[in-house]
Amino acid sequence: MLSCKEVNRLCSEEQDRKLSLTERINLRMHLAICKACTNFRDQMRFLRSATRRYREGQRGPAED
Amino acid sequence: MNDAAVGRIDWNDPSIAKIRRDMLRFAQLQLRDAGAAEDMVQEALFSAMKYEASFAGRSALKTWMFSILRNKIVDHIRKSSREIAGADLVAGSAEDGDDFDALFDERGHWNPEDRPPTWADPESSLSQQQFWEVFDACLDRLPPKTSRVFMMREFLDLDTDEICAELGISTSNCWVILHRARAGLRMCLDRDWFGQEDAPC
Repeated sequence: MLSCKEVNRLCSEEQDRKLSLTERINLRMHLAICKACTNFRDQMRFLRSATRRYREGQRGPAED
Repeated sequence: MNDAAVGRIDWNDPSIAKIRRDMLRFAQLQLRDAGAAEDMVQEALFSAMKYEASFAGRSALKTWMFSILRNKIVDHIRKSSREIAGADLVAGSAEDGDDFDALFDERGHWNPEDRPPTWADPESSLSQQQFWEVFDACLDRLPPKTSRVFMMREFLDLDTDEICAELGISTSNCWVILHRARAGLRMCLDRDWFGQEDAPC
């Protein structure tokens, strides 16, 4: 079983590279029982959607 | 303004001046060089005017102009590669390493007080001006080189292979830096915007 610390690293790296099958299975097993890491992963994904908005200049309330 | 039926952009519209200001701020953040940022924005505006006909109104005008600007900035970075020495980056990334290790116990589990809590409806934050002010402040708080790698990845959409080639660092070092950037931003947003609620693990 992966530790939370290792899971943290994978939750970031999955945004930069394709995880191996083993990594994905281990990640899924850990997330199934750990709410804190599930939150961490959701928040990594939220950061990605925030930076996408940022780089499109779509910060703040809709303008056009 | 972006009336697709008319197909013409009014470049004197005050909204263009506002977009220009936002573009300038974005370019300055990426380049840390006011002169180069000004040049990039100017070039992006010329391109936008020149290729106005290719703007079909499918996306917001601002989104379209920002994508042109982003391409200009990426070209600029590719031309002036190795702006930051890789050695600086490696040294810089060590400074905040211990902070994140301290969130976990010796077996690698979260310390109870450091477990990420659930964020209530984070998507709705994206349309709030104050959220973006906090976001900017959190971005500012990252070590400069960490934030630089993060912005190349997230704002300029470069892949890690290209970032490490540009900066002369290893891919795994790049992943470590990106992880620290994201974890640092997450912690800062959690503290300064989303507030605290403990999650069981």
